[in-house]
Amino acid sequence: MADTTPVAAGLAEAAIDDTQVAAKSRSYWTTVWQSLLRDPVTLVFAGILITILMSTIFADVLAPADPFKTNMVKRLKPIGTPGFLLGADELGRDMLSRLLHGGRLSLVMGISPVALALVIGGMLGLTAGFLGGKTNMAIMRTIDVFYAFPSVLLAIAISGALGAGIVNAIISLTIVFIPPIARVTESVTTQIRNLDYVEAARASGANAFTIIRAHVLSNVAGPVFIYSTSLISVSIILASGLSFLGLGTEPPKPEWGLMLNTLRQSIYVSPWVAALPGAMIFLTSLSFNMLSDGLRTAMDIRL
Amino acid sequence: MRAPLLHVSGLKKYFPIKGGVLNRTVAQVQAVDFVDFDVARGETLGIVGESGCGKSTTARLLMHLIRPDSGAVVFDGMEVGSREGIAVHDMRKRMQMVFQDSYSSLNPRLPVEGSIAFGPMVHGLGQTAARARARDLLAKVGLDPNLFIRRYPHELSGGQRQRVNIARALALEPEVLILDEAVSALDKSVEAQVLNLLMDLKREFDLTFVFISHDLNVVRYVSDRVLVMYLGKVVEIGDVDAIYESPRHPYTRALLSAMPSMDPDRRTDAPPLTGDPPNPINPPSGCRFHTRCPFAEKVCELKAPALRSIRAGGAQSVACHMAEAGSGHSKSSAEGLPA
Repeated sequence: MADTTPVAAGLAEAAIDDTQVAAKSRSYWTTVWQSLLRDPVTLVFAGILITILMSTIFADVLAPADPFKTNMVKRLKPIGTPGFLLGADELGRDMLSRLLHGGRLSLVMGISPVALALVIGGMLGLTAGFLGGKTNMAIMRTIDVFYAFPSVLLAIAISGALGAGIVNAIISLTIVFIPPIARVTESVTTQIRNLDYVEAARASGANAFTIIRAHVLSNVAGPVFIYSTSLISVSIILASGLSFLGLGTEPPKPEWGLMLNTLRQSIYVSPWVAALPGAMIFLTSLSFNMLSDGLRTAMDIRL
Repeated sequence: MRAPLLHVSGLKKYFPIKGGVLNRTVAQVQAVDFVDFDVARGETLGIVGESGCGKSTTARLLMHLIRPDSGAVVFDGMEVGSREGIAVHDMRKRMQMVFQDSYSSLNPRLPVEGSIAFGPMVHGLGQTAARARARDLLAKVGLDPNLFIRRYPHELSGGQRQRVNIARALALEPEVLILDEAVSALDKSVEAQVLNLLMDLKREFDLTFVFISHDLNVVRYVSDRVLVMYLGKVVEIGDVDAIYESPRHPYTRALLSAMPSMDPDRRTDAPPLTGDPPNPINPPSGCRFHTRCPFAEKVCELKAPALRSIRAGGAQSVACHMAEAGSGHSKSSAEGLPA
């Protein structure tokens, strides 16, 4: 060792390393993607989700009939009736067309509150976690107030106060999802803030904003994103619940929760048709949950 | 002696321990308690002491990563953080730090290039120039830029990571490098390589080192002067040969006799020190070492000894009643504990 220069020694270390690690360096996201590709369950549910998403986006093309066109003669036809592949609802409208169109609103009302809450709650959590002290106290204790109410009750209360309507339902659900996202972000940020690389960034003279942008955000994003995808399923169910109670979408617009509500009275006459919107809600939220689980496993790589 | 590059006086940091119903301060950890020392340009000051004696807190106070309760750090004649002195931001461009834990001190999501180029970009260097500097420095610390520039920290070994950490610290072209247990977590063979690298870099860039370690052999190898800390206080400071050849403080002596040696004639017979260091929350009165000192007398319990020069030109100073003539200690003399 005495006769090798530090440079040569370092290169020797590198040479040993290269036999074990592929010479081409792989980034974190490449690794995540590759481990996702090796997980069949997650891939299947991702496929189901993509199918649901695409079929609702292209509902205009795919739907065999007008979702608003009533036909009193064909009321509550069972699944498989000619011309009504998935039967007809209590006003004789084609169920398949209504399910395809209804998915749009259900998905928008499921995803947009979580996306909005991710931005607002994420920023609150980052600020509270990174600054700590009194700022943390002020933000987190305010957020704790919202935990005093069960989330369903809170959503109903805010929606009820704002009045029925899609926008109001989205606002109330956003408010419901801000506290849990802020809390998760805060706890992850607090852990990262105390690591040496953040300390080193401070020692290099960077201000708080630069450190958050360059060092904290990329490390917080993963866990918070996974948590948020798991909230989408809750959000779809809550949104359907609001519509069911008459606080979200208003008839005759197709929306899975609302359809479940209006078909409720027909459950003894035509149980299979009445269960269809519920089955769609179940399948969609299950897919989001499974996808979020798969992502969690894939992203949980020891670095 | 010329004006020191780094002058530390009366540095104090107590960490409050909160508890109780109203989150009141119930006790204080006296991590660093009125510490004074100077570092001359171009020298290496070694700081040694047991775990929890305030070494790392001192390093973080020097970088202003934590605010001192009182005391001043004067960098190149300018007080850090004061109105007429040097701003913390400007000081950090000239003084950098290498952390102990090579795992947690690199951002796992950033490639090596990003970690090294971050500092210069914060200080206004363009992206292209900062990247070029990262490549240069990587070569300087003995890692081939073509192989390593795009690597992520988890693809590097401990020694390689610490080389990257050193490159990152050098990226701002500092004059002072604080090495907080920078080689302690490495394997012995890698440690030697990194130490040699540090000595080469010191020569090449005219660096001044503050070298914090609990490894006495390493400190002797790299340091020009040594500072011995015990429970937040400086007990002895002086030239490396003076301290290692004729330690005057009983604690320094105990510390050195606990040093592993290859020489069978220098084997330790009796355990040099017994017991754990006292709790820094309620440190002992008077001399903080009196609870474990074999020479402790009444005066040690009552009065804290001041740091006094016992050799000309600041070659050795010690804080012990035995080194102060007329202090009331039965063994007191002007030279302190006989060698």
